[in-house]
Amino acid sequence: MRYSALRVFAEALRGQRGWRPAWRDPDPQPEYDTLIIGGGGHGLATAHYLASRYGGKRIAVLEKGWIGGGNVGRNTTIVRSNYLLDGNEPFYEYSLKLWEGLEQDLNYNAMVSQRGILNLYHSDAQRDAYIRRGNAMKLHGADAELLDAGAVRAMYPRLNFDNARFPVQGGLLQRRAGTVRHDAVAWGYARAADSRGVDILQNTEVTGLQIEQGRIKGVETTRGPIRAARVGVAVAGSTSRVMSMAGMRLPIESHVLQAFVSEGLKPLIDGVVTFGAGHFYVSQSDKGGLVFGGDIDGYNSYAQRGNLPVVEDVVEGGMAIMPAIGRARLLRMWGGIMDMSMDGSPIIDRTPVEGLYLNAGWCYGGFKATPASGMAFAHLLATGEPHETATAYRLDRFRRGLPIDEKGAGAQPNLH
Amino acid sequence: MIINHPLLGPRDAQEFTYLGDATLIDRPDGMADAAPEAFHDYLHLRDNPAGTHRELWYHEGGDRSWLVVTRDTRTHEITRVDLARDVALQRGRGA
Ligand SMILES: Cc1cc2nc3c(=O)[nH]c(=O)nc-3n(C[C@H](O)[C@H](O)[C@H](O)COP(=O)(O)OP(=O)(O)OC[C@H]3O[C@@H](n4cnc5c(N)ncnc54)[C@H](O)[C@@H]3O)c2cc1C
Repeated sequence: MRYSALRVFAEALRGQRGWRPAWRDPDPQPEYDTLIIGGGGHGLATAHYLASRYGGKRIAVLEKGWIGGGNVGRNTTIVRSNYLLDGNEPFYEYSLKLWEGLEQDLNYNAMVSQRGILNLYHSDAQRDAYIRRGNAMKLHGADAELLDAGAVRAMYPRLNFDNARFPVQGGLLQRRAGTVRHDAVAWGYARAADSRGVDILQNTEVTGLQIEQGRIKGVETTRGPIRAARVGVAVAGSTSRVMSMAGMRLPIESHVLQAFVSEGLKPLIDGVVTFGAGHFYVSQSDKGGLVFGGDIDGYNSYAQRGNLPVVEDVVEGGMAIMPAIGRARLLRMWGGIMDMSMDGSPIIDRTPVEGLYLNAGWCYGGFKATPASGMAFAHLLATGEPHETATAYRLDRFRRGLPIDEKGAGAQPNLH
Repeated sequence: MIINHPLLGPRDAQEFTYLGDATLIDRPDGMADAAPEAFHDYLHLRDNPAGTHRELWYHEGGDRSWLVVTRDTRTHEITRVDLARDVALQRGRGA
């Protein structure tokens, strides 16, 4: 069923009785060509691009819960391509370009909103670092503008400019960045993949990997065994658990990140703003809620909830840069488990097991990567070769001493 | 979270900073033949279990001791706390 304005109009006249479920709920087949483990944004995007761009057939996505129940439905919806390093920036810029065409590609309203991201700076050193970053972005075809304090004040009059400790000196603006309705991304990819024959198997948890003589043969699931010669793993915070079924230890720790939403308010901030002197980022949803977050809790966690010290830290950051936030009541807060890698950058690569491929290590920034990650993983699954924008994301880069460490923090996941 | 410090009693986890898996105590021999591979393993690879995890916490806002905390990563329940020094000595590492 194609969605269109005409369709919405026609259904309004017919009492909305013509809508059909956006994807099927099929039973598992005994065998597929390709299995994708994990029905998050990355797994569903991979299935869509594999079927639509690489002619893939007989594909299934295995999801232990419901699609959109993982990080894809828990993040703060920010998309941007303001990275510094050569290994990252072309990939994230490619992702932003895919976001720009996503809704036409999927025939689905994902509420892609290029409302801009502004990274504030509060010192000369920080300004110089942002100039360098902005130039790196431009070299890879992304957009970047440096604003002085006056220009920031004109855009966001309600920030705390004259904070004695952290006065706002200016900011690095990427106008093409913004937000995307996160659940709609999962649903849109699911619907598009399903329409090309991909089986989306919810409530199907992978409990074992069948490996014979170094080759993948299939998987064990809570709904029985399924055979496949090609298996892609895209399970975000559960990566170490799933890959341990293949006897692998990875350069990953699982950590929890929290997010917060306030009650609905009148328009207060138009785009995404990040505080440069503490960890705090905020945007306002179309319903009016302030959506914000900050640091990860900082210790290994598989509990999908965070603790209070980080709540305090995030809110302190909010109060420092936007004191008006102190009058708003908090409506909801939650946590998601992320795969924090040793250099803060992702992995899209083969594994030592023939036919088993890995997509992981997305840390707290994998939502923006969803389209490019799906495309690059589909490319890898279809051709066995890395996508041109993802050649740096190799699993053996740690052994070879070639980390992609944006922050320069070293092999310490809770510092990335 | 409350960490029951072996010397100081129950302390708020906010007084501590977290380093990671307690296997970091077992620093490999840098002069051994297989040192590069051993250091890759030591520095980068982790079990990252969902369940019992032995991990290093530093009492930065307290007595500056390193602790080995045994904690369930699914519930944050702490079942054991040792001085890292004692653990290291038991494992034959220098004091
Ligand atoms: C609070 C929070 C805020 C964030 N904010 C941002 C942001 O603003 N911008 C940004 O770019 N990124 C952000 N991120 C990061 C981003 O959400 C993740 O990096 C990204 O969503 C991970 O990829 P995914 O969508 O495929 O993961 P998920 O949606 O977590 O998908 C993985 C799926 O695998 C399934 N699974 C696990 N084990 C099994 C198994 N054994 N069998 C079958 N299925 C299994 C899970 O149930 C899950 O649905 C944020 C994350 C969090 C938690």
